[in-house]
This record gives sequence, structure tokens and C-alpha cells, in this order.
Amino acid sequence: MGLRVALFITCYNDTLFPETGKAVVKVLERLGHTVEFPAGQTCCGQMHWNTGYQAEALPLVGRFAEQFRNAEAVVVPSSSCVAMMRDHYPKMAEEIGDQKLITEVAELLPRVYEFSEFLTKRLQLEDVGAYYPHRVTYHASCHGLRNLGLGDGPQRLLRAVKGIDLIQIDHMEQCCGFGGTFAVKNADVSSAMLAEKTTAVLNTGAEACTACDNSCLMHIQGALHRQRTGVRTVHLAEILAGNEEATQ
Amino acid sequence: MSGTTETVLDPKTSPAFPIAARSVLEDTQLRKNVRHATEVIQAKRARVVGEMPDWQALRESGRQIREHAMANLDHYLEEFERNCTRAGGKVHWARDGEEAKRIVTALVKASGSNEVIKIKSMTTEEIHLNQSLEAAGLRAYETDLAELIIQFGHDQPSHIVVPALHKNRQQIREIFQREMNLPELGDKPQDLADAARRFLREKFLRVKTAVSGANFLIAETGGVCIVESEGNGRMCLTLPETLITIAGIDKVLPRFQDLEVMLQLLPRSATGERMNPYNSIWTGVHENDGPRTFHVVLMDNARTEVLADAEGRQTLNCIRCGACQNACPVYRQTGGHAYGSVYAGPIGAILTPQLQQMHHAQSLPYASSLCGACYEVCPVKINIPEVLIHLRNKVVVQKGLSAEALAMKVMGAIFRSEKRFRAAQRLGRIAEAPLVHKDGQGEGWIGWLPGLLGGWTQVRDLKEMPKETFRDWWEKRGSRGN
Amino acid sequence: MATEISTIDSSAARTEILHRIREANGGSADGDHAATQWGSIERSYRRWATRPPAEVIELLEDRLRDYDAHAVHTAAGDVAATVAKMLIDRGLSRMVIPDGLDAAWMPPGFDFVVDQGFHASQLDGFEGVMTGATLAIAETGTVVLQNVPGQGRRAISLIPDYHLCLVQVQDVVETVPEALKRLGTTACLPTTFFSGPSATADIEMTRIKGVHGPRFLDVILMH
Repeated sequence: MGLRVALFITCYNDTLFPETGKAVVKVLERLGHTVEFPAGQTCCGQMHWNTGYQAEALPLVGRFAEQFRNAEAVVVPSSSCVAMMRDHYPKMAEEIGDQKLITEVAELLPRVYEFSEFLTKRLQLEDVGAYYPHRVTYHASCHGLRNLGLGDGPQRLLRAVKGIDLIQIDHMEQCCGFGGTFAVKNADVSSAMLAEKTTAVLNTGAEACTACDNSCLMHIQGALHRQRTGVRTVHLAEILAGNEEATQ
Repeated sequence: MSGTTETVLDPKTSPAFPIAARSVLEDTQLRKNVRHATEVIQAKRARVVGEMPDWQALRESGRQIREHAMANLDHYLEEFERNCTRAGGKVHWARDGEEAKRIVTALVKASGSNEVIKIKSMTTEEIHLNQSLEAAGLRAYETDLAELIIQFGHDQPSHIVVPALHKNRQQIREIFQREMNLPELGDKPQDLADAARRFLREKFLRVKTAVSGANFLIAETGGVCIVESEGNGRMCLTLPETLITIAGIDKVLPRFQDLEVMLQLLPRSATGERMNPYNSIWTGVHENDGPRTFHVVLMDNARTEVLADAEGRQTLNCIRCGACQNACPVYRQTGGHAYGSVYAGPIGAILTPQLQQMHHAQSLPYASSLCGACYEVCPVKINIPEVLIHLRNKVVVQKGLSAEALAMKVMGAIFRSEKRFRAAQRLGRIAEAPLVHKDGQGEGWIGWLPGLLGGWTQVRDLKEMPKETFRDWWEKRGSRGN
Repeated sequence: MATEISTIDSSAARTEILHRIREANGGSADGDHAATQWGSIERSYRRWATRPPAEVIELLEDRLRDYDAHAVHTAAGDVAATVAKMLIDRGLSRMVIPDGLDAAWMPPGFDFVVDQGFHASQLDGFEGVMTGATLAIAETGTVVLQNVPGQGRRAISLIPDYHLCLVQVQDVVETVPEALKRLGTTACLPTTFFSGPSATADIEMTRIKGVHGPRFLDVILMH
């Protein structure tokens, strides 16, 4: 029985990585579910909240609740955004002081999933019928690893992909150095951290580096491209959307 | 050592983190030393923590014990004072670092000695005690090997537990050769340790007054606990006639039994050992065993300010293990000095600005990618990322109007409306157009961004925005089908 | 000698700090309430032994060896002979001992001198120190001494370069909580936990033995 899954694309995926959203839709429809897209969605508020602009982030809680209150399940191809909501929305709702919102948030959050955990934990799947004949290495985004406890879920999904050559990266759990505005406010240190991550990626000999977060991938890709390494980044969803007919 | 201007890490005057970091990133030796040291301790920690089936239970108890102590801090400090005094100790109170230094200086003078031997104490580093003592004509000898290296090197500590972690053996050898006058000194770690042992032994057997910090103050008994490795602590605590212990008011533990948790959490987290070589516990003055005169100076120095902040006060639960520093990917790149404070790394990023009541060190809460590795290893579960975000908010509120604040307000307004959001997306594509260049694959990339965003393009390219957003695509295809 | 410090009066500071704490905490703490709260702190970590006694002893030995502390067993009647062997192996004979050390543990032919409150430089002239112990913690390889007969004041087990420590097997516990429980009744005595000889990892993180304090530690486990 297919679910009605509402997609929270996230502000940056919508604008910069629409292919990831398309891939999520493709995978979910392939698995027999119906995807909905509440059109009024914008942003979870993470950038504001994490940079210290909490007043600007608060209104976005209500907005999210309003957009998604009727969803059977909400899927988000970004672990940092889900972490933002799980870790902070309850107390943000308390701060706003609206009892109705507090209740709504409490009821909605258990139905909100990062994309890979939707597949492994909610749907209990590992094989989603994907085909991706490339050498790939996986970077464990910090929020997915530590805040959401994704564990080896993403890797189990990857291992089940037909044709994939999955190589373990050294220091998989070490932060890539993106950190949101950190990448700009502390560009030097961010670059130093990125240098270690790109070295680790290159050492695997992979064609592509994947992760559950395009924020990390955008950052890693930025260096891989600047250095003209020929190695690319690809969101996990896009790998899982790959099938025999797709060209790459 | 005398007559030289010592550089001190003073948050009031230190350069902002991004600036300080920029120069240390050029120091290849430092970065190598820091990487090596943090990797070694992390591996050791992982091993001894992995052995413990009840590690998470210990962390939770550790958190609750410390939280409880802070919630009843007045009661426990009074209890400590009563019990310590009853056992022959003299307890003094200091509202800030200046007052603490005045008291310690007076106590040293009153002890009849113009020199002191010291055990490593971050609290004394925090207030720059040695400088005050020197100014009063009193010589302070550091006896902890790392602190000796720092003192002789006219340097500053860069790590809470391993303060000289930024130095390698050749650098240490040079320092000892010069300061101990040992031109033939070898560079094997054992040679260096032996040199320190001989140099310090003479001091231990002679100097009449010692100054220490405290790892824990035990309210129930009035006892003090020092956790150490080398034995210099034991020397300073036992041999002199007068002992002066200075401790932040946050060092209090409610009961003796609570050591059963702390003495498991601390050594495994700090040095990756099942137990550190020596723990000393004493209560007041003991006849024929140790100093005849014992003073404790309880220091506030803005800890009560931290306590007053509902979200920041968990910072005070810290037991100074340094595990967060070892786990931090930012610290790994820069070492401790870049933080401009004796408290560096993740704990420094939250403690230092709060001890400065947010007037200084405002760049420190931003010296983090919020990866959460620190929270994972903190033995008392301080949610450092949460406190960092909280402090960022305090900085923003304090700063008020700025270019960044304005940009954030505009972005906030954009996110509150679907129409504005879509308009912004279109505008973004237009605005970036002049900056886009096609690469060999025909893909559009941006290699340079202006102003604040320039930090991105220092080492990274930015892909141009796609012509069609996801929602544009979604609308075109309708609710189903391609 | 230290003069009276009548000029230091921190009562004003005391009042202010306590006041600040109470403001920060939203009121004064109440002793009874604090006691109740303390009693309800969650403690689901291991608080009792999980291994049988023989394994506990083995674990202690294993951990002591990990720290380069030499550990041997002996039957109750053979202690003196074992002590003799250890000292001969080490080539030592002039040992300081605390008052109240069991005479049956001391073999003839060695120079055991009872501590008279020697000055530090006099203690420096001894080759080693021999003491009993209050207890040992197997999991961490720790021996605990307190200032009681047979263990003595802290300085004597600090200054000599060699420490020979005699531990009764019935005084060996597995875990740190068990140890703290046993120490509870004598918590106010000067107490020292030893886990191996003095060490530091301050130079490139290599553990080096013996900066200060005895560089050599031997333990005899007495059955």
C-alpha cells in the first residue's frame, strides 16, 4: 500500500540541486508511493538559527507545521535540516509560546524523515532497485551521523545498488568543514578541513563522492572542481534513482 | 626568565579567531604536532572507553551530579567551607581574578617564602597568576613538565590537559638546553624527562610554599582531590610547609561517593588511561603529613554570570578533561593559541566568551562547524553545539545593526513568503550571471565571489544556479508523470 | 614561620558570591532538599563486581603489568621470603618503612628503617620504601594508600625511587565504586591512588616513566 509522502525539498536543494529532488521523487514513485509538494514551503530556518539570528528563524517553525500538518510522512533530502527540526523545533515552539503549535510540532516531527532513514527505518528497505555502475565513496555528514544516528543505513542502501563499487573513505566521520556560514566566516580553517577531506576522497580512487547532504557535497565539489581533479559529487538520492536506462 | 615580557593569552586583547587561525595555519610544524597528539589521545580514549559497557550510564550520572552541584552551589560551597575549616584549612573567597591574585600574593608573602612551586592549574593560567607573583617579587616555578616547557619557552598553554602539545621533542630539547644549561642534552623523550626530574627535584626538596589548583572540592568532607600523572603534584602537596589551593567555585562535588563517577570519566577522557598515575585526596591539615598551613581560595571570576544563563550554565559542568579539544576538527587544524585564551577548542569557545560576559572573544562561538564531535565525547554531556548557537545569538543581539544583520533580516523576510522566495531565486540567477564561466564540460562555474562571500571562492568553485528550480520542474510536470 | 593573616578578610566577597549564586539559581538552596535530590541522581553504572574473585585478582595483575608495575603472588607464610627475593632482584637493601608495618613481612639481612618524620632530603637517601595498602582496584590497576599504621604518611611513598607495596587479596575490589565505598569511612585521611609508576605523555604523547615519584613499583599480592 503506497504512502502519501510530502517532500520538503529544502531551500538550497530547491534552488541549487533540483536534480536531488527529482531523484527523490523518482525513487519514491518507483517504490509505489505518491509524492506531494506543498507549494508554500521555503526554509527550515537552520541558517538563521545557527548563525545567531533566532528571531528570524522562529516564524519558520509555524510555516513548516502549517505546510506539512496533513502529511502522512515528510521526506527531506538533507540531514542537517531534519536535525535542525528535531533538535530545535520543540523548544522554538515553546519560546513562541503557542500551545497549538507546540502540540502540532510534537505530533508532526515523528513523521519527518531524512530521505535515507525514510527508506531504511520507515520502509525497512535496503534494495530500492537502483543501478549505478561507478566507483563511489561515502562521506558521513555530521548531522546525519551524530544528530540523526543514521548509522550504517546509507551504506547499506549503497551496497545494495547494482553495479556499484563502494570504497570506504578514511576518517569518514571527520567533518568536511562546511558548517554553514562557518565556510565563509572561517574560510581558512574551513579550507584546511576541506583539504583533508578531499585528500581522503582522492585516496579512494573513486569517481564520485556521495553523502546525504548537498551542503557537504557542494563544499567538497567546490574544491574537487577547483583542483580539476575530475572527481565529482553526487547526492545519495541520485545514485538510488539510477537505473539501467539512465545514462551517466 | 626574569625581565622578559611574557606573552599572555588574554581574551581581552587576542586577535579574532579567523585572523589568529590564518597565521597558525602557516605553521607546518605546529599542525603536524597537533594532528599527531590529538590522534594519539583519541585512539587511546577510544580504546579505554570501548572497554566500558556502562560508559553512557557514567556520562549520564556525571551530567546529573554536576548539574545538581551547580543547582545547589551555595549550599555545597558553604558545606565545603565548614568541613575544610573544621579540618584545619583556611578558606578565602575571591570575586574575580584580581582579588584572587591579591589574596594568593598576600598568602605567599605571609608564608615567609619568596618563591613557590606550582602544580599545573588552568585556573591560575586563566588569571595570569604567575605574572602577578613576579610583579610582587615572588618567583613561581612550574613543576608540571608541560608547564615547565611553556614557562621556559616564554610560551602559553595550548591545551587543557597537554599544554605543550604543540611542541615536539626537538623544540623541547632546545628549550631545556638553553634554560637548564645542558648543552649535551639528548632529544629522546626519556632524556628530556630525566633532565626535568633532576632540575625540579632540588626545588621540591627546598621550596617551602606551593600553589595548586584543584580538580574537585568535596563538600561532604571538605576534602580536595588532585588528578595528575607525573608526581609533581604529590611533591607540591606533601613537602612544603604551606599550601595554597585556588579553585573556581565550579569545582565542587557534593559527596565523596561522587568521585566514583568522576575518577572513571576523567582519566579515560583526558589521557585515554584507565586511571592516571596519581590521585591525591587530603582534608584540611594533617598532623605530620603534609603542609602545616593550608589555604583554599574559592574564586568566582564570572562563573556566577555563566550560572545565571539558563542555556549557558551547563558549561560549568566541565571537568577539564580536554576530550573535546582532541575530537574537534577545527582545533586539529589550528591548535589552541588561535583561540586567544587558555581555554581553547570547543570548551574554550563557550567558556571564554561567557567568562568575559560576552564583551570579548565574540568570534569564538563562530569558531566551529557545529559538527558535534565534542558533544559525543564530553564525559558530562555538555551540549556544546547548543551552547555555541545560544552564544551566537547573544553576540548578534549585542551587535545590533550590521551589514550581516540586515542581510539576515532580508533573507528572513524572503523565507516567510512563497512569492518572495521565488522572486529571490530568480534574482539570484540574474545577479550571478556576470560571474559565471563555462568549464571544459560546458558547465557554468563561479570562481570568484565578492565581499563576505569571497571566503567561499578562496579555494572552492561554486556551480552556477540551475536554470530551473525544483519547484519550477514540479509545476511543469503536474502532480504525476514526466 | 607563617604569620597570622589578619589583613585578608574575604567575608564581603563571600557574601557577594553567595548572593550572586542565589540570584542565578533563583533562590537559596535548601540542605534537606539538596540531599533528597542527590539521592535521586541516576546511577545505572556498574557498582559491584561482575567477575568472580579469582578473575578479579588476575585482572589486577594484568593491569599492573600494563603499567610496568611488577606483580607477584605469595602465600601468607612466605611474605618475608618473597620480599627478600624482590629486593635482591632489584639490588636494594636500605628501605624506609612506616610505623606499624607487620614485622612478619620483613626478612633479615636488609636495612628496614622506621620513618621518624624524616626530612625530605633524608628520605631521598633511602633506596626504596615498603608499605602495605588499604585496597587495590583491579579494573584500573590501582593501589590505594592512606595515612594509617603500615602505610604511613604520604612523603615516604613519594620520595624514594622504589616502592614495594603489599596488598592482601581480600582488599582487592574489581571496580572504582566498590573502592570508594570502602574508603568512605576514612575519607578524610590523606589518601593516594597509585596506578603504575609516575609517567607523563607531555612529550609527543609518548608515555615516559618516572618524572617524579617512584620510577619503580612492585606489588606483592598476599593470600
